Amino acid sequence: MLVVGRSIPKKESWYKVTGAAKYNADYNETGQLYAWLVTSIYGHALIKGIDKSLSLSMPGVLAVVTGDSAARLTGPALEDRPPLAADRVRYFGEPVAIVVANSPVQAKEAAGMVKVTYEPLPPVNSITEALEKKALLHEGLAFYQPLKPNDIFVQSGSNIANQIKIRKGDMARGWSESETVIESRATLPPSVHAAMEPRNVRAEIKPDGAVFIHTSSQGPYDVKKEISSYFGLNESRVTVQVPLVGGGFGGKTTPQLEILAVLASQAVHGQPVKLEESREQDFTSSPGHLGLEACVKLGATRDGMIKALEISCWVDTGAYTDSGVKMARAIAADCAGPYNIENIHGDSYCIYTNHTYVTAFRSFGRLSHTFALERAMDKLAYSLGMDPLELRRRNLIKPGQYSATGVRLNASNTGNLTACLDRLQELIKWEEGLRIETGPHKVRAKGISCFWKTSSTPTNASAGALITFNQDGTVNLNIGAVEIGMGIKTALAQLLAEKLRMDINKINVVMDVNTSTSPWHWKTAASMTGFMVGNAVLEAAEDAAKQLCRIASIVLKCPPEVLEVGGEKVFLKADPAIYVDFKTIACGYEYPDGNAIGGEILGRGNFIMHHLSPMNPETGAGKTGPAWAVGAQAVEVELDTLDYTYRILKAATVIDAGKIINPQNARGLITGGMCMGLGYGCREASLYDSGGVRMNPQFRTYHLMRFGEQPEYLVDFVETPQVDAPYGMRGIGEHGIIGIPAALANALSTAAQVSLDFTPLTPEAIWSTKKGGPQ
Amino acid sequence: MLKKPKKLLGTELLEFTVNGQKRMAVVRPAHTLLDVLRDQMGLTGAKPGCKNGDCGACTVLVDGQPVKSCLMLAVEACGHEITTIEGLKGTPIQQLFVQEFAFQCGYCTSGFIMNCHALTQIHPDADEALIREWLQSNLCRCTGYEEISKAIHAALEQQRSR
Repeated sequence: MLVVGRSIPKKESWYKVTGAAKYNADYNETGQLYAWLVTSIYGHALIKGIDKSLSLSMPGVLAVVTGDSAARLTGPALEDRPPLAADRVRYFGEPVAIVVANSPVQAKEAAGMVKVTYEPLPPVNSITEALEKKALLHEGLAFYQPLKPNDIFVQSGSNIANQIKIRKGDMARGWSESETVIESRATLPPSVHAAMEPRNVRAEIKPDGAVFIHTSSQGPYDVKKEISSYFGLNESRVTVQVPLVGGGFGGKTTPQLEILAVLASQAVHGQPVKLEESREQDFTSSPGHLGLEACVKLGATRDGMIKALEISCWVDTGAYTDSGVKMARAIAADCAGPYNIENIHGDSYCIYTNHTYVTAFRSFGRLSHTFALERAMDKLAYSLGMDPLELRRRNLIKPGQYSATGVRLNASNTGNLTACLDRLQELIKWEEGLRIETGPHKVRAKGISCFWKTSSTPTNASAGALITFNQDGTVNLNIGAVEIGMGIKTALAQLLAEKLRMDINKINVVMDVNTSTSPWHWKTAASMTGFMVGNAVLEAAEDAAKQLCRIASIVLKCPPEVLEVGGEKVFLKADPAIYVDFKTIACGYEYPDGNAIGGEILGRGNFIMHHLSPMNPETGAGKTGPAWAVGAQAVEVELDTLDYTYRILKAATVIDAGKIINPQNARGLITGGMCMGLGYGCREASLYDSGGVRMNPQFRTYHLMRFGEQPEYLVDFVETPQVDAPYGMRGIGEHGIIGIPAALANALSTAAQVSLDFTPLTPEAIWSTKKGGPQ
Repeated sequence: MLKKPKKLLGTELLEFTVNGQKRMAVVRPAHTLLDVLRDQMGLTGAKPGCKNGDCGACTVLVDGQPVKSCLMLAVEACGHEITTIEGLKGTPIQQLFVQEFAFQCGYCTSGFIMNCHALTQIHPDADEALIREWLQSNLCRCTGYEEISKAIHAALEQQRSR
């Protein structure tokens, strides 16, 4: 391979180290106005009145937009969310009004002058309170519209927005074959994405009604679709542009601020309006990461063969479902983890609470589910008196076996987890022991976790690629994938360079996405961009190569079949000395007498998912993604057994990546994921007081991992090709995070010799658990 | 008859020294240095990440010292030499950030680079503890800090061997 497998720096590298890289809020529009959100100060309350008169009288204020009780609801799966709350607020930070003014300062000051009268309601502050119906969040639940029929199964008169069932095998047989049964519960709090770039948008409505949106989004085509549908426009009237995005992690996959910005622009006769969130609003008003409670019951034979799994997962989706219903489904689909379990009874519920609503988050729910399952695996190993790694090895799923949803597995769609686990065992030096006393009050301990994740895209998710040529024979690549930091534009350029066997420096990747000019791509999510867009790029490259060969065959006076492309030339396979340069033919060939043929080569390619199917409502059977990426992870900690503080010494991942396109970049994705997982495991949580008010909406109170706190990272790859993916690659962008909180909890449980079935694993919480108190 | 122009309370036209150039800006007393750099001078390399001094994405140099420009009033910056990421041209730390893949989305990168650059200038002999103390003032959500650590160590190494 010439280019695939090489650590090529990101195409936009020098933009990013010089300040030249422009993110959405770095741009301003001529004539632009500024919007600021007025947000709820209660977790749950009725809106009794909104007095905007004082706000409207402030200097520079042009409009104050408030919610309309009759407004259409919105949501990517179930339409349950008003873009602006009208009668009732259901979470702290929920947008209630938008103030539009001439300057940001005026907008913000006037936002403080909008007087909202609330009548507080009892907040539903946990999954337990939601199930006990402390209050009903959505009385009209039964009347909400799902976007697809038979997709969402609401339970009216409850706070349950969706239930997904997995029924596989025969549970009675499973339990009767089990000689050991363990039960385990896990609790994980909601958290935030905390992309460094707060969410922001600009919107403008032109005199002819065309809407232009500039946004920091992972899903520009979904924004286009949602805006056109919400405002009753055909899609050709809506153009969405996305420059470089300052981190996404799933938090920018569904439209939210875009609708508000269009409403704001409508209120000022279509003038461009810029709406930026403060960090506090980004943390509270825009969607976060789900919380989870789970019960796991595992049965196994004495020699550790798992015979039965009963698992219930309750997803805290917050006040609205957004992607929460889909994540509950994704958790159900992957509920057995990468283990062969023939008898499964799984239930996954999406639960409304008065927390900030949730959207996709790196791993689409798997990291929380994996935590629950992998804690249970450790407990099973303990109860069997078996090495936890050996227990996992015995049960790893293999080709020929079936997933929980009935998909038959093979090496291509699953990879080789045994090889990953073997390599992990060496990397983390498993044989030296799980728990080693290193001093009078110091204990070093290791924990592991396996993981797998397939995607949960629509069954018809699609991508396109367009290749154009410059007159000097260099190439432009235009795709709808958004660069959110994972280096996708560069990876796709590598695939193209490899396919055309050309210099990657002669490929210009169009960095921004414009939904009017870039080919459609479902969205930059689910670790599926390399697979989907990559396949489209390869097809476009083939298309371009075919056209080049056709023109070259005339110039070189031979049939096109005897020609090949490479090194920006088309040459005779049998004699490469006979060739014609791209530059001579890529934009039309001119004969010596001035006559011309051809024209610009336009390579086009597309890809659409195939053989995916929705899950059966009764059994869960169905195929949600084309393949899994599997891996094994470990964490090593040193715990102080006096005060329960600890240091994270090592974090390790071995993942089957199919084929590594860019090694240094791939390592960075994995270590970055591990770091995020450690942060979530040890300290991150969105905290609410008894009234549902968010307690920690700032980096000062919501702590991320900081420089120097990172452990030693151990990363290795196994490469089992996925045969239908570009050069065999698998998407791995999300996966570094998945098993890390579980591995951390397993390590700390071993170190502290107590079951730690929750995050965040703060020293105080470990101490409290150890002493038998509340977490 | 000409009406007397209305002057807004406290607003002044001030001169700043930014990246070696004299720049003018109309400044309210409450404007931060970050506001003025981004909104009036078009220097958007410094990023708003929290406007609370927690994340460091807006870090610039004031007389060579790293400062979170969201925490400094613009009026305080008058008369001082301000350097933004746009003022750094081909420094070793920029090259090393590229070489080590020390960023993904790049939003925190300007701030990290300004801080790292200042560290190499002020403390070329920085030890592990000092590096950690300095760089803990910046947040990165994408990387696991390994690459940034490699870049700053290599930059200090280069500085010392020069």
